[in-house]
Amino acid sequence: MAAALREGRSGLRPNDFGESPLPTWIGRVPGIEAVALPDRLAAWDCRNNRLAWLALTSDGFFERASVARDRYGADRVALVMGTSTSSIGATEEAYRRLLPDGQYPEDLRRAIVHTPHSLGDFVRAALGLEGVVVTVATACSSSAKVFAQAERLMRLGLADAAVVGGVDSLCGSVLFGFNSLELVSPEPCRPFDRARRGISLGEAGGFALLERDGDGGPWLLGCGESSDAHHMSSPHPEGLGARLAIQGALACAALTPDAIDYINLHGTASQKNDEVEARLVAAMFPARTLASSTKGWTGHTLGAAGIVEAVITFLALETGLVPGTLNAQELDPACGPQIRIRNESAEVRFALSNSFGFGGSNCSLLFGKARQA
Amino acid sequence: MSTLTAFVNGVAFWAPRLPGWQIAAPVLRGETSAPVQPAPRPAPTLLGPTERRRAPDTVAIALEVAARACESAGADPKELPSIFASTHGDLAISDYMSETLARTPTLISPIRFHNSVHNAAAGYWTIGTGCYQPYTALTAFGDTFGEGLLEALTQAACGDRATLLVAYDIEARGPLATMVPSRGMVGAGVVVSPHAQANSLARVRWRTKRGGQRTVALDCNAEFVAGNAMAACLPFFEALARAERQTVCVGLSPALSLELDIDFPGAEHPDER
Repeated sequence: MAAALREGRSGLRPNDFGESPLPTWIGRVPGIEAVALPDRLAAWDCRNNRLAWLALTSDGFFERASVARDRYGADRVALVMGTSTSSIGATEEAYRRLLPDGQYPEDLRRAIVHTPHSLGDFVRAALGLEGVVVTVATACSSSAKVFAQAERLMRLGLADAAVVGGVDSLCGSVLFGFNSLELVSPEPCRPFDRARRGISLGEAGGFALLERDGDGGPWLLGCGESSDAHHMSSPHPEGLGARLAIQGALACAALTPDAIDYINLHGTASQKNDEVEARLVAAMFPARTLASSTKGWTGHTLGAAGIVEAVITFLALETGLVPGTLNAQELDPACGPQIRIRNESAEVRFALSNSFGFGGSNCSLLFGKARQA
Repeated sequence: MSTLTAFVNGVAFWAPRLPGWQIAAPVLRGETSAPVQPAPRPAPTLLGPTERRRAPDTVAIALEVAARACESAGADPKELPSIFASTHGDLAISDYMSETLARTPTLISPIRFHNSVHNAAAGYWTIGTGCYQPYTALTAFGDTFGEGLLEALTQAACGDRATLLVAYDIEARGPLATMVPSRGMVGAGVVVSPHAQANSLARVRWRTKRGGQRTVALDCNAEFVAGNAMAACLPFFEALARAERQTVCVGLSPALSLELDIDFPGAEHPDER
């Protein structure tokens, strides 16, 4: 991912998902179809859990999580997963392949893949965890809110560590669903561009291990959560809920906006989100704060967006690679000087990651390179 | 494992033959019998007339329980963070989406699509009450009630304030019902807080516990929620109705439980306030 960010290589491609693909672009993870789960996990097999497995076994995460499980005890590591649609793709497939008598095809007669906790239960089984296990499903804020929930569990001593993350995979529900709302772009999404035409849907999985102590960062310094109280599928026009979430994260970390070096914006490339978020950033942050949307690389990965963008934020803190806004050509006039098109290199000590979702659920996470603000 | 304390300051319950806590509590105590006829689905009065008619069952049941729990606690809904716990979400919409996608995917209804998200009820609740406080929406399959209650207790403790839990599941439809069956409509809610108030129903001292023997509801009460995916909520509400000191154990995951020592300091008839 770091190389793709550096080189401005997008993961978006023309939609080739399903039998009658809509004319749009998608962030499809290559090779999921060929993933074979270990035999012991066969009962959870489906596209979403294969993607979860791909992510779990990347970058040494499985080993790190296993070490934590053995060190703290399997019941002392909480598991908090985020997803929007979990493995609904398996249910869609069953309905496409119903037997003449209306029964599910035999290979899909597995209750667990037809319920939203499919993801949490799969990761529990995969990692052998025996503590708190829960799946958060608040649409596009899901895998940001998992950080806040896990932090609370650790703060109260209900867990010594936590595996958090999120996985969402492409399926008919989201492709045709977002299409029905006229939010899908016919071209690769262009966040914050004045001529943006909507979102590109993507799929992704990611994980993070939260511990109280460690050799180095990044550190979770603050979480802010709020509701818009406005509309099911449209943001508050003044970004009130988003502002409350950002203020909550800053207050939690005892920081002011001028301390923030980088913001990974929600920036879906929908008309409304980008306009509202751009105005909010322009009003709240000084000109020196850098901000961007990375959805031109990944597409909008919905319930996985929180973890994907948290990880991109970690890269910024660790390496100083501040991604720009891929695919944007000319910024919307609502954008302040914070929002950048091109990648930059900068010292990033404190960074925010914004995730705002359907149903007006907002979450902003504040990460730091060092533990103390 | 340390023990934390919370107070149950508000309660709500809804099942077809136990429509409301005032009816449910004496039945769960064995004092009265339940109405024979199931009640019609509750009307989500928080919504405008059009939205009220179109509201999916999950929204109707969740909004009813959320409103009654706040009322019972004397709490302003705007002030409370909330946890919406549902095992399967809106099973009827999942059936509709899967069925439509299999035949005519481009005809998906945009309203049904945005109502299909697991947090739809939470979204309508915060919109209807004008609440900017955070909500969450979660699931943990058979342990959804336990995880929802744990999150409510955790948020109440961390935020040092009253927190709303709404737990609900509805009837499964179509072929999906053969995989994840759920019957009827059940909703249950509490307002929990680290602070007692004059009309607190109960005190709960709680902890997580490895293993743990999960509390089972009385057979005569279990029938009211039988087959519903949220049936696991019943033992906790049975204990609240009974108003006698009791330890209730609910599941959090296959190997972990939430153990709650429930007592009723000074309470006589907590449901008859």
